[in-house]
Amino acid sequence: MMARRAWYWLLALPFIALLDVPIYDRIDPRFAGIPFFYWYQLAWVVLTAMLLGVVYLATRVRER
Amino acid sequence: MNVTVTVFAILVLAASALGFTATRTKSADLRDLQEWALGGRRFGTLLSWFLLGGDLYTAYTFVALPALVYGVGALGFFAVPYATIAYPIVFLFLARFWSIAHERGYMTVGDFVRGRYRSRTLEIAIAATGVLAALPYIALQIVGMKAVLSQLGGFVAIGGGAMPLAVAFALLAAYTYFGGLRAPATIAIFKDILIYATIVAAILIIPHALGGWHSIFTAAGKALSAPLHRQPLLVAPQMQFAYATLALGSAFSLFLYPHAITSLLSAKSADVVRRNAALLPLYSILLGIIALLGFAALAAGIHAPPNEIVPMLFARFFPPWFAGLADATIVIGALVPASIMALGAANLFVRNVVAPISGKIPSSNAAATKWLTLAFCALSLLLVLYMNVKFAIYFQLLGGAWVLQTAPTILLGLNSRSIPGRALLAGWVIGMIAATSFAVSDGFSPLVAIHIGAFTLVGFIAVYAVLINLAVAFGATLLLRVRPPEIEAA
Repeated sequence: MMARRAWYWLLALPFIALLDVPIYDRIDPRFAGIPFFYWYQLAWVVLTAMLLGVVYLATRVRER
Repeated sequence: MNVTVTVFAILVLAASALGFTATRTKSADLRDLQEWALGGRRFGTLLSWFLLGGDLYTAYTFVALPALVYGVGALGFFAVPYATIAYPIVFLFLARFWSIAHERGYMTVGDFVRGRYRSRTLEIAIAATGVLAALPYIALQIVGMKAVLSQLGGFVAIGGGAMPLAVAFALLAAYTYFGGLRAPATIAIFKDILIYATIVAAILIIPHALGGWHSIFTAAGKALSAPLHRQPLLVAPQMQFAYATLALGSAFSLFLYPHAITSLLSAKSADVVRRNAALLPLYSILLGIIALLGFAALAAGIHAPPNEIVPMLFARFFPPWFAGLADATIVIGALVPASIMALGAANLFVRNVVAPISGKIPSSNAAATKWLTLAFCALSLLLVLYMNVKFAIYFQLLGGAWVLQTAPTILLGLNSRSIPGRALLAGWVIGMIAATSFAVSDGFSPLVAIHIGAFTLVGFIAVYAVLINLAVAFGATLLLRVRPPEIEAA
């Protein structure tokens, strides 16, 4: 049985990706004219929502 | 009377009328505090989503965030990582808080602290912190409304907008008094639909009119041309730690505010809370787009007080009727959180400051909380009308740093009781002093530079203060363990 806690580790990813500012504090590559700094962080909003969805579904099934 | 003002006035009045429909709930006895303040804890996923979205993404955010980006560039964008990492925190910690609160019937963080630590001193400390942080936050919602009213002109700008502000706030106080949390919840649905419409229109119309995002950023970069940094569209290397700590500290404090806890506890299950952690980031995308409007204002060559750039963008790029709708969105966007903040703060004050001081168990009757909600509304209005706006902004900043000092007590108490209440109280005292002195020492800047040897680290005062707070709490725990065990009360 895989512990529920293992799934929770996925939620560490947004913290690493967003709090390590030097990895994304640059202009290129741009997306639709928007500098990397901005679209990277907006992309992580979507990715975080998806990760939360995955963890929610995975841990909910295990509760039953 | 022009089209913009007419559409604006009709929508704001319609929202207020919606608030009053919630005062006629037949299904519940609104004299019961649980029903009045938490909507009977019956809100499902969708209503919770609208309510939390309407509550957390406030009008002040929508006015102040582009203003910040307009003023300082990239550093102002920290609100986006902040509003992102807040949701794993909700998923991991706040869903658990919901479960404990539901099982034990807690209605506030103060109830939780009393139950967990059996310390009424700690209960008063944590509750008073929440109330103090909420008051300037309500005041800033009014500041956001004022920014719109003064832009609109016509009859709504009479006396700097004081008259319409007073009317809107009197209505707000009335429907909150009679309807409780159901009133802002009903308006939140209306408000959020307007917000999505406004932002979709903004993103379709404004970048196109300004020649696309590439030219917006180029023009904004030129307009900012920060002397500090050769690349104004990025965060300067020496400010990257500040950026990360602003995001992290704000994310942890967001859900400790009384208005956030109130909305959270009105959900009908922990599953609703978890599902919303995955669904609420949709609002954070709006937040990011709104932040980018700060650059659009720079590119459009708007020169104005930063708080007025968003209504000015609306007036410049939207047809008049839609500008009225967008302006109404901001004002209604202030009414929803202001109502919940007043209600949440009043509930916290009555249950966890007044009751323990008078040695009582909090009552389940809503009467006292309802009256205090009216008082808090009036107090905030007076704060904005008769005091300097700067005072409200400083007070709000300090409130944010204070609220984070309640995080150790609340979050460490969720899964264990290994840190005793007395140790947490010591940490809270030192954390509050540290946060306040950091803020005051540097002219109410949210950032402070810490020198460690040759290193200088600029960071968010709330985070530095909470690290001191935690160190004191852990240290005190060790000291208390060394002493012989005391008789535990049950």
